[in-house]
Amino acid sequence: MKEIVVLSGKGGTGKTSLVACLAALADRKVLADCDVDAADLHLVLAPRMLQREEFRGGKQAYILPDRCAACGECAVYCRFDAVRFDGPATQVVGKTYRVDPIACEGCGVCVHVCPAQAVELAPAVSGEWYVSETRHGPLVHARLGPAGENSGKLVTIVRNGARDIAEARSLDLVIVDGAPGIGCPVIASMAGASMVLGVAEATLSGKHDIERLAGLAVHFGIPMLVCINKADLNAEVTAAMNGWCRMRGISVVGSIPYDRRFSEAQAQGKSLLELGDGVTARAVRALWRETRTALESRR
Amino acid sequence: MRIAIASGKGGTGKTIVATNLAVALAQDDHPVTFLDCDVEAPNGHIFLKPEITHCETVSVPVPEVNETLCTRCGRCGEFCQYSAVVCLGNAVLTFSDLCHGCGGCSLVCPDGAIREVPRVVGEVEWGPAGAVRFVQGRLRIGQARVPPLIRAVKTHLPQTGIAILDAPPGTSCPVVETIRDADFVLLVAEPTPFGLHDLRLAVETVRQVKIPHAVLINRANPGGRELRPYCDRVGIPILLEIPEDRRIAETYARGELAIRTVPAYAGWMRALFGRMRHEALV
Ligand code: SF4
Ligand code: SF4
Repeated sequence: MKEIVVLSGKGGTGKTSLVACLAALADRKVLADCDVDAADLHLVLAPRMLQREEFRGGKQAYILPDRCAACGECAVYCRFDAVRFDGPATQVVGKTYRVDPIACEGCGVCVHVCPAQAVELAPAVSGEWYVSETRHGPLVHARLGPAGENSGKLVTIVRNGARDIAEARSLDLVIVDGAPGIGCPVIASMAGASMVLGVAEATLSGKHDIERLAGLAVHFGIPMLVCINKADLNAEVTAAMNGWCRMRGISVVGSIPYDRRFSEAQAQGKSLLELGDGVTARAVRALWRETRTALESRR
Repeated sequence: MRIAIASGKGGTGKTIVATNLAVALAQDDHPVTFLDCDVEAPNGHIFLKPEITHCETVSVPVPEVNETLCTRCGRCGEFCQYSAVVCLGNAVLTFSDLCHGCGGCSLVCPDGAIREVPRVVGEVEWGPAGAVRFVQGRLRIGQARVPPLIRAVKTHLPQTGIAILDAPPGTSCPVVETIRDADFVLLVAEPTPFGLHDLRLAVETVRQVKIPHAVLINRANPGGRELRPYCDRVGIPILLEIPEDRRIAETYARGELAIRTVPAYAGWMRALFGRMRHEALV
């Protein structure tokens, strides 16, 4: 089984719209939406949910006000500035402390240092993940709660879920729609994958972003392909990107023109390919052919 | 006034708005600091072209185990909530990628065998960009821990004047870290189905953090009416609509400021600032 991760270094390059097209083109695959912060793939694929699971990303500290002696030890030791003054004054103490649930990383240091045993850790539910069926095959996706922690862990769960399905149904491929950036959720979606497909936008910032992403792929020893999106937006940048990739031995497997029909397709809950044939649709098909060949040539 | 420019989804034009706003306000003689908190993909510098005069590495503390003092008691491994230190009977392994730097393991170790050593996660750089004070964070490739770097960028927040924080996309910890002590959050959204979906998530996050906020619709086109009904329903003001304009997209692609090529843009930014200031007060 192979796993290809579609990433962009930055959001909004058209990555998800392209993944929706690949979903329509590839056979015998499972889809995984690992952009758990802002998962959008389901908007195009209209999934029918089969299974829903809670995600507990970490823990959360609570201070029991009636036990708190207001010594402030927890506030001294908390490295995340999560313990705040609060609470009504009681007859015994003038003030109590409170944990800011958004800043708390659930490390448990306050529990350890509190001399009054007034702090407890409890699991925090910070999202959900789902297994669904779509017109293009099975999809594993998730939703991180607002201000959620530990998105990397949720990404790993989604990826493993998709791999399990691929294995159980003897499918050959997992297509992962990854998160923007190069931090923890991206590392979690890339580590151990067969290949990265970087979707770059033909802008100067897009070039910076894809270069940083390529650095990350090298860091983890994962081969990378690049697709230039909105390639006709700026011919100079596109040429520079092509040159940069050639120099690094990265194959550019696709050049997709700027096409407003991508937004149209989105508005209709479809992939661009479902809107009929055209120059862009042909470019997308060519992208998939090249990508598939590159994937097959590996092991 | 501290203004964070954020968006649930990447690529909505957050950086275009943030950089143009900074320069437009500086032209009106406001003291402006621009802080690029999108440390995974910092792009503000492309448009502001700062002269970087200072650079500082940022590190987080991670545990280092002294094998001779360690008695393999396993307390550290039991304590660590992130499995960043694991005691295996005859060895203690640390995984600094997973470490949150809470300091707990060295605190619970009864033998004083764990000390904390710095691990570099990135750089903070600063210098002037014309009249704008420019600060940015840059995550080292391969590092996963973003919030400490954002905290380091934010140590450069000015006491007075205007601070513009360019936030990372999304709704999780890096965004929260950026907007935490802002006076106002401007959510830049696109009038598309993806844009609406991600705006909803962003609004939930900002509401949890309880900061006054409003929406800017970028690339507004006469056909796209997705965002207005939602904003009206949940009572979020729309402060500005910037029309879809290929000139803006091309200026952006070249790495230039829209206020230099689209004459109306500077006026929009001034009006936007006035409305934000008004909204932050009420
Ligand atoms: S659990 Fe850790 S992060 Fe949370 S309040 Fe306690 S010390 Fe701070
Ligand atoms: S410092 Fe905290 S997070 Fe890091 S290894 Fe020690 S206990 Fe775990």
